[in-house]
Amino acid sequence: MYVAVKGGERAIDNAHRLLAEARRGDPATPELSLDQIDQQLALAVDRVMTEGSVYDRELAALAVKQARGDLIEAIFLLRAYRTTLPRLAVTCPVDTARMSVRRRISATFKDLPGGQVLGPTFDYTHRLLDFSLAAGGGVEPVDTPPGAPTAPTATPKVASLLASEGLIEADDADPAAGPAGDLTRQPLTFPAGREVRLQNLARGDEGFLLSLAYSTQRGYGRSHPFAGEIRMGEVAIEIVPPELGFPVEIGEITLSECEMVNQFKGSRTEPPQFTRGYGLSFGEAERKAMAMALVDRSLRAAELGEEATAPAQDGEFVLMHSDNVEASGFLQHLKLPHYVDFQAELVMVRQMRHDAMAAAEPGDG
Amino acid sequence: MPTAAPSRDGPEPAAIHARQRWMSVLAKAPAEAVERAWRDLRPPPGYDLLRPAETGLAMIQARMGGSGRPFHLGEMTMTRCAVRLADGTTGFSHIAGRDRRKAELAAAFDALLQRPADQARLLADVIAPMERALLARKQATADKVAATKVEFFTLARGD
Amino acid sequence: MSGPLSPPGLGAGFADPVGDAQRSFRRIMDAMARPGTVVEVGGAVMPPAPLMPATAAVLLTLADLDTPLWLDPISADAAGYVAFHCGCTVVPAPEQAVFGVFADGRRLDGLGRFAVGEADYPDRAATVVIQVAGLGTTGGRRLSGPGIDGEARLAVDGLDDGFWAFQAGNRLLFPLGIDVVLACGHRLAALPRSVTVREA
Repeated sequence: MYVAVKGGERAIDNAHRLLAEARRGDPATPELSLDQIDQQLALAVDRVMTEGSVYDRELAALAVKQARGDLIEAIFLLRAYRTTLPRLAVTCPVDTARMSVRRRISATFKDLPGGQVLGPTFDYTHRLLDFSLAAGGGVEPVDTPPGAPTAPTATPKVASLLASEGLIEADDADPAAGPAGDLTRQPLTFPAGREVRLQNLARGDEGFLLSLAYSTQRGYGRSHPFAGEIRMGEVAIEIVPPELGFPVEIGEITLSECEMVNQFKGSRTEPPQFTRGYGLSFGEAERKAMAMALVDRSLRAAELGEEATAPAQDGEFVLMHSDNVEASGFLQHLKLPHYVDFQAELVMVRQMRHDAMAAAEPGDG
Repeated sequence: MPTAAPSRDGPEPAAIHARQRWMSVLAKAPAEAVERAWRDLRPPPGYDLLRPAETGLAMIQARMGGSGRPFHLGEMTMTRCAVRLADGTTGFSHIAGRDRRKAELAAAFDALLQRPADQARLLADVIAPMERALLARKQATADKVAATKVEFFTLARGD
Repeated sequence: MSGPLSPPGLGAGFADPVGDAQRSFRRIMDAMARPGTVVEVGGAVMPPAPLMPATAAVLLTLADLDTPLWLDPISADAAGYVAFHCGCTVVPAPEQAVFGVFADGRRLDGLGRFAVGEADYPDRAATVVIQVAGLGTTGGRRLSGPGIDGEARLAVDGLDDGFWAFQAGNRLLFPLGIDVVLACGHRLAALPRSVTVREA
């Protein structure tokens, strides 16, 4: 219960000014530009876009700056801004098989067609602090092979290689399934369809999904995963404007995709085959995509006839707690005045203590 | 007279393909390149705004597993605009991001490019250079990425 | 450059999309909140026949990509206009629609097929615009219910007699039921699902 509290306006105004001052820091230090955040804190921008659920690098960079680097606060700012914009279109489904790949690796096939492409990765770095960066060191150029420019190579999906032999379950492509649900338009209901679960996980908190995914690896709903394929790069976005009636490209976005190949199953009617989990996120967010793929697979327990015993397999538990804007809002509401609530509890505890002490008091004898 | 919406029998597939190409190039080209190309038109033609440039969101759909049923991944900002030239030709733009000026110029170019008298010249002077610049940037990235491709050497192991 | 126009044959939408939509929203809300009130909307709007300016104003104000629209066979030719200006999808069946339009109040085939909402989500009901030949606030039927101080009057010309029986049935569904807007030229009145209508 809340009571209206008046007053404190001057204090709030000054708190905002103090916040602005703290955000700026020492005026002797040059101010960050949005371009600097976009270019040099690119993965923070990617996370804010993914969980803020709006692909716009400049807006996300502004949110990071305004939130003083608090990414959950930045995600909140982007989500709030999003509500001021009308929806003009729903895009054609993106085709990640036609991605201009900047990274593409498989932990299941060494010699996959198109090759293993490492791209700009932290893997293989020694995680030693690089003090040359503190000194503002230069960048060593990539040693590109001399000669002819690189010819584009086809990079077929690993899943399609397994599918050609029938070794992996087919993608669920049931055309009779009807239009995909949309969490931003209809409230979440249970059991939720896989398309709604994927939308929820795509917006979900990376830390939460990472921990859940880790829990499945440690045995709480084990799914025996292999990283079938991880790819990152640019895909074209197309819409079909009603006034034109044909698809047009509106631009390109960067996506990270993870396809997990999981423990196989078979039945009397179906020969054994691998199952799969899927993760997709904006920008370079490979860990998020991998965690999402593991949790997606875990949430398919019921559909695949597995006993759901672990938290990661419980759709309601996962989907209701994945959103960090909701979670931080409910957590932080505890800072709102609860004076009356607490006063009531105080009176009650005092009364109970009084009664308990009276009962314990020895009789006059 | 050229119209925006496809007529009952629809425009030629080749005409649609050509228009998809220039719309894609205009959408992806940097704002400064579109602005420069517009300033280089002598004189820049006038146009009316049918639908002033408007910024909103496009909900991005992806597919489960990459090729299954669609799901909603998240939104992106986009801006659209519709203009009409003095002769009645209408032009449209739908571009990623929030640049209203670029959307307006892209719609004006779309209208100009539909006029047979201007098309060949504009394709050569405006669209082709933008397309070359986009491809060159892609190629530079592809070359660097190719340098991170792994060449495996299989080691013979004793039995 | 002049103000916003429309592609050939489409007709003008709002000249000032944000300001006009806000003014028009306020008036439509007043009409909904006070059944029996007739408001003026759609000043410079020029929709293609048979849409009236008031009907177009309702769609330009309220309809968008998220609100599928059903047009009756008479107004089907206006699909291009609403697709361009509102961005909404035109759907073939009333059951799929959030908004519906009947161009002629004497021909209401399909009125009973719109969504009336669900017990958990009464808001998932359609709003239907019916074009009529005349609207007046003297004489006519007696309205009562939420938003009406005592009683209001509404006289409607060019509306099928069966409509009022339908409306009475719709009232019984409350809190479910469709909401109706009666449009006439630049004027409109509303019959939300909560209104009780009696004969004069």
